[in-house]
Amino acid sequence: MKTLIYGYGNPGRKDDGLGARFIELVDNWIANEEIQNIKTDCNYQLNIEDAAVVAEYDRVIFVDASVAEDVIDFKLENITPNDASIEFTMHAVSTAFVIELCQKIYNKLPDAYNLHIKAYDFDFIEELSPIAESNLYAAFGFLKNYLTSEQ
Amino acid sequence: MAQKVTIEPVTRVEGHGKVTIHLDDNMNVVQTRLHVVEFRGFERFVQGRPYWEAPVLVQRLCGICPVSHHLAAAKALDVIVGAGTGHGLTPTGEKMRRLMHYGQIFQSHALHFFHLCSPDFLLGYDADPAIRNVVGVAIKFPELATQGVLMRKYGQEIIAVTAGKKIHGTGAIPGGINKNLSIAERDALLNGPAPLNIDKMIEWADAALQLFKDYYMKNRDFVDNFAYFPSNHLSLVRKDGALDLYHGVMRAVDAEGNKILNDVDYQEYYNYIEEEVRSWSYMKFPYIKHLGKEKGWYRVGPLARLNTADFIPTPMAQKEFEIYKAHTNGKPNNYCLHTHWARLIELLHSAEVIRDLLRDPDLQKDDIVTKGTKKFEGVGLIEAPRGTLFHHYKINENDQITMANLIVSTTNNNEPMNQSVNFVAKKMMNGQATITEPMKNAVEIAIRAYDPCLSCATHALGKMPLDIKLYNAKGDVLDHYRS
Repeated sequence: MKTLIYGYGNPGRKDDGLGARFIELVDNWIANEEIQNIKTDCNYQLNIEDAAVVAEYDRVIFVDASVAEDVIDFKLENITPNDASIEFTMHAVSTAFVIELCQKIYNKLPDAYNLHIKAYDFDFIEELSPIAESNLYAAFGFLKNYLTSEQ
Repeated sequence: MAQKVTIEPVTRVEGHGKVTIHLDDNMNVVQTRLHVVEFRGFERFVQGRPYWEAPVLVQRLCGICPVSHHLAAAKALDVIVGAGTGHGLTPTGEKMRRLMHYGQIFQSHALHFFHLCSPDFLLGYDADPAIRNVVGVAIKFPELATQGVLMRKYGQEIIAVTAGKKIHGTGAIPGGINKNLSIAERDALLNGPAPLNIDKMIEWADAALQLFKDYYMKNRDFVDNFAYFPSNHLSLVRKDGALDLYHGVMRAVDAEGNKILNDVDYQEYYNYIEEEVRSWSYMKFPYIKHLGKEKGWYRVGPLARLNTADFIPTPMAQKEFEIYKAHTNGKPNNYCLHTHWARLIELLHSAEVIRDLLRDPDLQKDDIVTKGTKKFEGVGLIEAPRGTLFHHYKINENDQITMANLIVSTTNNNEPMNQSVNFVAKKMMNGQATITEPMKNAVEIAIRAYDPCLSCATHALGKMPLDIKLYNAKGDVLDHYRS
């Protein structure tokens, strides 16, 4: 299964960099293990062109910082395509919107997941808070096991 | 009993703001305000940091137009390292930066048209908001939606090869750039497999412009009569008066086309521009000093740029510019919704500039940095997608930044956005006791024409549901709607 792991967020805003840091960990893992079927991408935020990116994969896992109350340390959940899940900040779009657009334009529907990692601090510093960093490694360990177990 | 209606936030603009519309006892609009929550702490944050970090640090400010901040900061620091401004860089340094910048303009303008603007006029301004978005366009006009997605992708690829990476690009450094464009990178952008090559991008940019013009011809009354008001206009122009989005002199014209800033050096912008603080908004209100607060405010962005420029130095865009200018008999265009028209002419121009740059062998040369005698102060201006962006830095003998002042494009458009909201509110809400969907959307369309980035918060911050409040003259909330 061809898989894309896509981190997003602004690493210059402390814990908002969780997505980018996660991708660094995945890139090292891919390089060390010479994994061929997992690719990565990373950006400040998602936008409409990402519909073309995810259309090339069987599965996509978006990784992002989260302040949601139901995310304790990290949480993996399915994405249901949804064009109504538009945030008012329409210079960026949601993961559900990307998948919906992919389906509408390219007639493809990859298995799609959000990996939310709990974030706490969004100051103008390029480093993670200690507790966010702990969540990062926990989430990475989980996803690595998850993907390895199906190899 | 006077009442106040609050619409918060404005949908489909970046960051968050709220609109308050004050009604009198007869339910007539007496005052409107666009309130903006803008983070201003960044200018203090960079103080004490080494100046060479600024082009990367400023990208923390905004994930929407990081390239504009990156380049404006680099231009200011060119002055500080003694490389001068604009043509002080090596040809490779300047042209690589231009390629990065026009790539950013191209992808940003494409996004605005296909994602923010086209749903309104292709599906109807009064269409159900649930389907009035790019997915709605994809269902009804799949080919057009695909073009929008791929034009964005093409622009992002230009940024990636010029800035070095998507996040925290390092392409521009004080005095130049840190890489040239390889032959392989050039060929991929110039002659890549269809549709991701420059010829197809020019074709699609032109098609998008023709699409808007077709719409305009069929809906001329609506477009012309939506939020028309006279104003001043400000932008950079090339020294010979040409449209130039990367470098030039500051020019401003009034509503009749008279020059009120006559091609001045932006290193002394503070002699010409003042910023007013108003108690009800975090965002300042800039104005041209010698005209004062009441008469000195101005618009920036595509509409303003096509009002200040004498011509466009690429053939297809120049031809369209002449058609556009003929509509107002050569006078400045003050029609708010014509901003979309101007933006699409710039989209076409950007594609032509990208093609010309990709064909230029200077991009493969190795002389990429200029050095000179250090100075302790520098100003960088650039025409960001949304308008003129000012970066101003001072440093000390330890190379630490001691002062930073940023005037972002949306701040420059603060008063015009308020004027637009006021126009449509008075036109649509006089005598109305409730806010209907068309009324709410009209206010949003007026603001959206400026493509504002109201807050430089990242996507993880600033999420806010729709919030509508109704107040009486005493400040009591009469009604409250929250999505």
